[in-house]
Amino acid sequence: MEELKLFGSFISPFSRRVEWALKLKGIEYEFIGEDIINKSPSLLKYNPVHKKYPVLLHNGKPIVVSLVILEYIEETWKENPLLPDDPHEKAMARFWAKFIDEKSLALGRIAFFSQGEEREKALEPTWEALKTLDEEIRGKKFFGGENIGLVDLVAGVIAYWFPVFDEIADLNLLFEQKFPSLYAWRENFINVPAIKENILPQDQMLAIYRERQKKLLQIPTNE
Amino acid sequence: MADEVILLDFWPSPFGLRARIAMAEKGVEYDYRDENLREKGPLLLKSNPVHKKIPVLIHNGKPVCESLIIVQYIDEVWNDKPLFSKDPYETAKARFWADFVDKKIYDCGTRIWKNKGEAQDQAKKEFIDCLKLLEGELAEKSYFGGDTLGYVDVALIPFACWFYSYETEGKFSIEEDCPKIMAWVKRCMEKESVSKTLAEPQKVYEFVGVLKKMYGIE
Repeated sequence: MEELKLFGSFISPFSRRVEWALKLKGIEYEFIGEDIINKSPSLLKYNPVHKKYPVLLHNGKPIVVSLVILEYIEETWKENPLLPDDPHEKAMARFWAKFIDEKSLALGRIAFFSQGEEREKALEPTWEALKTLDEEIRGKKFFGGENIGLVDLVAGVIAYWFPVFDEIADLNLLFEQKFPSLYAWRENFINVPAIKENILPQDQMLAIYRERQKKLLQIPTNE
Repeated sequence: MADEVILLDFWPSPFGLRARIAMAEKGVEYDYRDENLREKGPLLLKSNPVHKKIPVLIHNGKPVCESLIIVQYIDEVWNDKPLFSKDPYETAKARFWADFVDKKIYDCGTRIWKNKGEAQDQAKKEFIDCLKLLEGELAEKSYFGGDTLGYVDVALIPFACWFYSYETEGKFSIEEDCPKIMAWVKRCMEKESVSKTLAEPQKVYEFVGVLKKMYGIE
């Protein structure tokens, strides 16, 4: 009997993409919730180098770093493949997954820590990246083509977290107007059952991030 | 029909060297093109419109970008002398460590030659700490890939031709703190795919001198 545990967080896009992969392949696992500030001894034991979640523990062996975990899941469980077979197409999928990860990480930090003109400047590379993705997705249902794939799971951060950061920090994302093809992709993505059933509702995500923001900036609540 | 393989690269680039070493290991014939990074050519701009960076591998007209993605592509297409284990867990570990090298080694190394004083000391410390972690992963193996060169070896060994520059700029000895890594470098250099491919450390050091002038660093 296989033992599969996922150390993660309901609010983390890195943890969620792993859950989505497991759900899409119909794999059972035990979820262990981690707190971003008080990390469990298990987490620190299994990921001593980065001390971060998600960590996938398969029959006692830890796999860490979300993109590495996704590739491991893809190699181990062959149902509902998330990557194309063709080496060039696979290389392109890996390229876009890396691109999305690199370009989307900044937004959370910018939303919480920057203001004014400095913020406007900091946002430019993110908006450029979204424009590039908007062009890439044009005419396609998913980044994976007809079916959802690894790139879509990675882009989940844009589908769910970007609107949350936008609302909290008033970033002027203007998703539908500025990035219409990407917005259309988002509609397809959030309606996939395995995705839809495994994400916190928007208002819950907002509440959690507002709470974090308060702690970070020590702004008193006025709710 | 013969394969057409072109590599758009820049001679001292550790990222480009990864692709060169992978292809040398597998005996892949390719057309090497050194790019002028200050005046990027039309083929580079067309093949990597998103980042406009080298290396880019163009295989029968189709471009592949990002050095580790290129190495994985090479491994999948020319599949003798595989760089990965058949075991998915070992493969995951290799991916982890290559990602670690990507995130840390280039950054720390660059900060060593670009800075002086405290900033340089900090960079040196982090650099050695990273190499020590890698030594831990290497353990008693000849190579990260076991008995033969693997994915992590290919990801890391290109930086060996930059070690002389880091050591000279930083006034420290990597051998002193990380003898196991230097022993690993020597073993890698016994392979023609590495020794005939790596750039010459002295030439790299001269290039660092040129970079420093360009950045206005003393």
